[in-house]
Amino acid sequence: MSNERRTDRLVQVGLPRWIYVPALAGAVFVITPLVAILLRIDWKNFIALISSESSRAALALSLKTATASTAVCVLVGVPMALVLARGGFRGLSVLRALVLLPLVLPPVVGGIALLYTFGRQGLLGHQLDVLGVRIAFSTTAVVLAQSFVSLPFLVLSLEGALRSTGSGYDHIAATLGARPTTVLRTVTLPLVLPGLISGAVLAFARALGEFGATLTFAGSLQGVTRTLPLEIYLQRETDSDAALALSLLLIVVAAAIVVASASRRLAGPL
Amino acid sequence: MRFIVGVAASWCVAAVVAGCSSAPTDANAEIVVFAAASLRSTFTELGSQFERDHPGTKVRFNFAGSPDLVAQINLGAPADVFASADTANMAKLVDTGLVAGDPVDFATNTLTIVAPSENPKEIATFADLAKTDVQVVVCAPPVPCGSATEAVEKATGVTLTPVSEESAVIDVLNKITTGQADAGLVYVTDASGAGDTVASIPFPESGVGVNTYPIAVLEESTNPATAQEFLDLVSGQQGRKVLAAAGFAAP
Repeated sequence: MSNERRTDRLVQVGLPRWIYVPALAGAVFVITPLVAILLRIDWKNFIALISSESSRAALALSLKTATASTAVCVLVGVPMALVLARGGFRGLSVLRALVLLPLVLPPVVGGIALLYTFGRQGLLGHQLDVLGVRIAFSTTAVVLAQSFVSLPFLVLSLEGALRSTGSGYDHIAATLGARPTTVLRTVTLPLVLPGLISGAVLAFARALGEFGATLTFAGSLQGVTRTLPLEIYLQRETDSDAALALSLLLIVVAAAIVVASASRRLAGPL
Repeated sequence: MRFIVGVAASWCVAAVVAGCSSAPTDANAEIVVFAAASLRSTFTELGSQFERDHPGTKVRFNFAGSPDLVAQINLGAPADVFASADTANMAKLVDTGLVAGDPVDFATNTLTIVAPSENPKEIATFADLAKTDVQVVVCAPPVPCGSATEAVEKATGVTLTPVSEESAVIDVLNKITTGQADAGLVYVTDASGAGDTVASIPFPESGVGVNTYPIAVLEESTNPATAQEFLDLVSGQQGRKVLAAAGFAAP
């Protein structure tokens, strides 16, 4: 659209007017529930509600675990995206479908799968138990659950960036005698840095909101495994004002992250 | 103008979505029962008995945690009967004037210890749960089964250090059936529903953590006569038989 506009006002391709009606309906559908939360907030006690001991413990734990899972995602997700985008072997598309599966799985299914892998009687859990490593009911379990669900977001985002950037500069660098690791470090990765950052931001936001897999796999204990979404779920039983206040807190944190990453993307290719 | 059309269209979407969940309305032939999640199997059975005894009448159920159901009824969800897993949640509805008449207590439920079927840590008493090498899972204090757990702790003087405080009794049970934890505290009815997958260890101190289940016809009921008949079935002999088979004690 912006390309057309540059040439001449006469050939500008506008949108058909009717398209605004369903678009607006969709926007109202998404925004109204957020407004509904805002209208129900007990503003007088808002600060007290979000600064209670259990709320602060939940927020701190959420930020800590989401940061750790984002680090895990970057550590293994970047190599995965590189292999998926540039690797050349048979079965790549099947592999891609498999590693992106958590994207479409209900988180509770992810939680059950993790339970039967790392749980005490799971596939690897027994061996880990023998080595004295207990993952069940630990903060590590939360990080594992969050990494499992948010990894595909980073991989998908970075793989897209790698494909759209193409490998032209990489070839030039290689022709000039650079070794593969040097090409990766000095050419490939700097070029896709915006894609990597937005992927990491998406992964962080997804980890922050993770609920189903954590509840199923990690349990719920203040300061150890009870993240912000689990605290909201629990508070809802007795104190709906606290649940609403914490919901708003989570919305604000998530919105800040999304806006920060969107403005970065709009700012330009680098 | 364009904005108004958009808003109207979005309301249409909302109306269609809402329409999906509400059944065709023939008030005389249908009652809607909101019941605590722990009543799912017993009430489903009583519902089909009721439909057999009242040809042409349909009983529809909404099973969820009692606090959730109270919130839904308070926000105007159409219901004829409410059965709560504790008196506190029923009291909330009585306070807002949404209950017609007085609630009737129809069952009680007590806590029991559950362990994986082999009971690896050889749990035999409530005090065993406090041993350092026993990973115990309980309900969080705000949930009815959690407040019952607290009552037992207070009465026995045994302080538990659980590895997890779950939001629902079913999540506690799940941690035991999958072998994640060594022991948990759930209701007798949950333990009997789980069958052989768990070992149930009753303990004498559970008497202080008894939950009473009340049932009531709601003020907004479109069919109070049929609703009352269903209540009578649940609190009567027929109901007692079904409830007792699932492990519920008499009030």
